[in-house]
Amino acid sequence: MTAPAATIVPAEPTGGDPVGLRLMHAEWTKIRSVQSTVWSLIAFVVVAIGFSALIAIVISNTWNSPGNHPNHAKLLADPTAVIFGAGLGLGQLAICVLGVIVISSEYTSGAIRSSLLAVPHRIPWLAAKGAVFAALVFVVSAITIFVTFFLTTAILRSHVSISLGQPGVAKAVIGGILYLTVLGLFAMSIGGLIRHTAGGIAIVIALVIVIPPLVSLIPGTIANHVHGYLPTVAGELVAQTSQQSGDVLSGWQGFGVFCAWTALLLAICGWLLVRRDA
Amino acid sequence: MLGRVTGRAPEWRARSVRETIVAEAPGLIEAHELTKRFGDKVAVDHLSFTVGPGRVTGFLGPNGAGKSTTMRLICGLDRPNSGTATIGGLTYAQLQRPLHVVGALLEARALHPGRTARNHLLFLAETQGFAPRRVDEVLDLVGLRAVARKRVGGFSLGMTQRLGIAAAMLGNPAVLLLDEPVNGLDPEGIRWVRTLMRQLATEGRTVFVSSHLMSEMAVTADHLIVIGRGRLIAESSTNEFIQRSSDRSVLVRTPDADRLGKLIVSAGGTIQPDDASTGNGNATADPGASPDDGATSIVVTGLPAPRIGELAASASIVLYELTPRLASLEEAFMELTADSVEYGDSTARAAAGNQPGELPSELPSERPSEERSMS
Repeated sequence: MTAPAATIVPAEPTGGDPVGLRLMHAEWTKIRSVQSTVWSLIAFVVVAIGFSALIAIVISNTWNSPGNHPNHAKLLADPTAVIFGAGLGLGQLAICVLGVIVISSEYTSGAIRSSLLAVPHRIPWLAAKGAVFAALVFVVSAITIFVTFFLTTAILRSHVSISLGQPGVAKAVIGGILYLTVLGLFAMSIGGLIRHTAGGIAIVIALVIVIPPLVSLIPGTIANHVHGYLPTVAGELVAQTSQQSGDVLSGWQGFGVFCAWTALLLAICGWLLVRRDA
Repeated sequence: MLGRVTGRAPEWRARSVRETIVAEAPGLIEAHELTKRFGDKVAVDHLSFTVGPGRVTGFLGPNGAGKSTTMRLICGLDRPNSGTATIGGLTYAQLQRPLHVVGALLEARALHPGRTARNHLLFLAETQGFAPRRVDEVLDLVGLRAVARKRVGGFSLGMTQRLGIAAAMLGNPAVLLLDEPVNGLDPEGIRWVRTLMRQLATEGRTVFVSSHLMSEMAVTADHLIVIGRGRLIAESSTNEFIQRSSDRSVLVRTPDADRLGKLIVSAGGTIQPDDASTGNGNATADPGASPDDGATSIVVTGLPAPRIGELAASASIVLYELTPRLASLEEAFMELTADSVEYGDSTARAAAGNQPGELPSELPSERPSEERSMS
């Protein structure tokens, strides 16, 4: 048996960046180095801005058509809901898909094994992944929402004046960015629970766009409250300029409920991540 | 051996004296009563062993014996139901920069197909705080520099294995865990992996490599840990393993087989006709020999070759051939694990020469049944 040669450094090196920074740096490399990230975000930006602009153009061109007055009333009462509604309602699905993929692709590809060999502490790993993904969604959402806002208000300028200085508008714009950011984490936690891309996406889409309208069909106040507390139904309220009749919660209350849902799912995701074999 | 003295530090001490322990026994892998169940099925069953530095330790077992599960338990990917696995006295989760201590190739496809080879290694390096230049070094080491910026989804299995080895070498670790590293490699790749493993062991590293191919282990491993159905079957040096688990025999070819046979039997040996030479098997083994030289081949057990030579000389019997035969590692392994083949059938067991429940050591006076049935 040969004595250990000098080429081996037995003790681990100390110092350098703190663990949290190292993990986030690595997660950033991971998320930027796969094409699904780029394509999902392009889809989000194009759909969100494109559809919102399209709706604004349609509203503008049909402004004087007979029978259009209810739309005007809605636009004046809650301008951001109209501006963002079409584009973000559809565009948010790209964020959902990306959120699921960010974690499920680790499992479907087997990359999770490499990841956890390098980072055996799974909760810090999940935290770093969530932080990097949330930061990315926040930045892309902020750009998209501000572009959407200024583009659509410019299109509608000749008919109605909407500005960030009006009551509730700035809150709604910021709220829209926060909603999308938390939505990303919401989808990511489901990806981590399901660990399967197709299944995860199906469940998130069901929760975001299929179940809410079905629940709203059920008559009665209990069903009305259940509907109001559904994750994305509650979360979207913060992107409204003002509270509408029939809303169970205020904007920030709704956002709080959405955050609570997301925190709960992330906690379960983390708990299972530690308990389950990779 | 290095570091056996270290022992396991209590949990509360492990963190504070971590550096010291790692420095004392950086390369010692210890499994203690390791047990892992998947539902009703016991994959690893109270498995205890030690893997030391400076040599290649082969981890052998039939498919489904629990080799991969054991490696995953050592690396903390799976949680054991009971027992512990430590590296240098620490569990995998206690390592602050695990890639610096342990390099593991657990399965080739442990990567995202859409990521380039370089980015795969880069993010791994970043988790440990290694400089990006280290990524280029390991890419050179495994010869993947030219395809570093290609997506790994298009890689062949051989290239993927090389990338996995590059990832394992990122931290220049004292311990390497390689699960079936030559799977899917071409002969050139196999030779490359063998040479690398030998070199790494010579440098004083711990090289723990699993395989279900005995022939592969015969040429690479110095030491063997054999498991079947999650239990330890044998732990010894490779040579010892071959010799212990099979009776040795001597092939004798002589024109005077009858007379020599009687001498051998009276000296305490056992003789049998050599089945290989009576069939056409011998023709391929030794095409130059004429089967019609009037000699008969017999297989002698129970006497060493020099004693047979002396017997022949004392009776002036001419010998054409006197060849000590060792059972191949493959045969030794089959004998040893015949009972523990997870998905074997009865024919596989018969071919291995054992009836269920029979131990190899109970067969010294009799040739395994395969020889009788074939002759």
